[in-house]
Amino acid sequence: MSELWVVVLAASLGCYLLKLAGLSVPASWVEHPTVRRVVEFVPAALLAALVAVQAVAAGDGLVLDGRLVGLAVAALALALRAPFVVVLLLAGAAGAGVHLLS
Amino acid sequence: MATDATRGSTLRDAVGLGVAVGLYGVAFGAAAVTAGLDPWQACALSLLMFTGASQFALVGVIGAGGGALAAVGSALLLGTRNTVYGVRLLPLLRPRGAVRRAATAHWVIDETTALAVAAPDRQLAKLAFTAGGATIYLGWNVMTLVGALGADGLGGTAQAALDAVVPAAFLALLWPRLQRAWAEPAAQRRVALGGAVVALVLTPLVPAGVQVVAAVVAVVLAGHWRRSR
Repeated sequence: MSELWVVVLAASLGCYLLKLAGLSVPASWVEHPTVRRVVEFVPAALLAALVAVQAVAAGDGLVLDGRLVGLAVAALALALRAPFVVVLLLAGAAGAGVHLLS
Repeated sequence: MATDATRGSTLRDAVGLGVAVGLYGVAFGAAAVTAGLDPWQACALSLLMFTGASQFALVGVIGAGGGALAAVGSALLLGTRNTVYGVRLLPLLRPRGAVRRAATAHWVIDETTALAVAAPDRQLAKLAFTAGGATIYLGWNVMTLVGALGADGLGGTAQAALDAVVPAAFLALLWPRLQRAWAEPAAQRRVALGGAVVALVLTPLVPAGVQVVAAVVAVVLAGHWRRSR
């Protein structure tokens, strides 16, 4: 089995066990103040790190290209309360536009 | 006892959300194949992992050339949300027996939790969870397959479009956490800014994908240190 399959299956199993744990462990474990704090803030840190890396990182360098333009368009669309799908379509169109012009 | 009208509106909300999330599945399938997964692996993630943000994170790290541990680690970090959702859903759904509990767990995600918690009573919460879970699961998986098969024949321009969609998808997931309706939006914004800055600073210094997990650890430790002083 390739390494990628191992990654896919191991991460899937882990994510499933995290879901099952919520329905199985005593609520007091998950509602411990420190755990609650961490779970409350991990998504924002992780998603923002992913936004930054996906928008400008290329290998071990930083590159400014259509991805950043797409991100700016997405931010504008989100600020105007556009639905999810519209945000993605606009970002994609901006990325394609920059590619065609450059 | 729920009236037919409230049952109808609960079902409509559930199915509507399922259709919208399904469309998002196309973007996931295409992003997964672009990142180097084969269509079967993309579909396996949607069938078995079935939690969108973790799936996008795993694919994002792989696409950036990241290693196995960084990819699994970022998926699991985002997956911890679902543990908290389970705790919140348990008194509403009360699945009886180990088999039902195991089956229920697979559908515990952002959207089904939102639907169940918003329902006016326990009976409707169960209906919203089940109807929403079923339509989202179906839509997400079918559309992942469509996106994964469609991505194979993409040219340079479509590729550029997809490259721009992935960061936008993460931003769309992040956005609600930074708005006033969320608890402690100012702290969420500081955390998000910190995560982004640390990740970018580390990008030239550590292997691809590691900067993402490292950024989370750094920001959480910083928050902990700040509070415990």
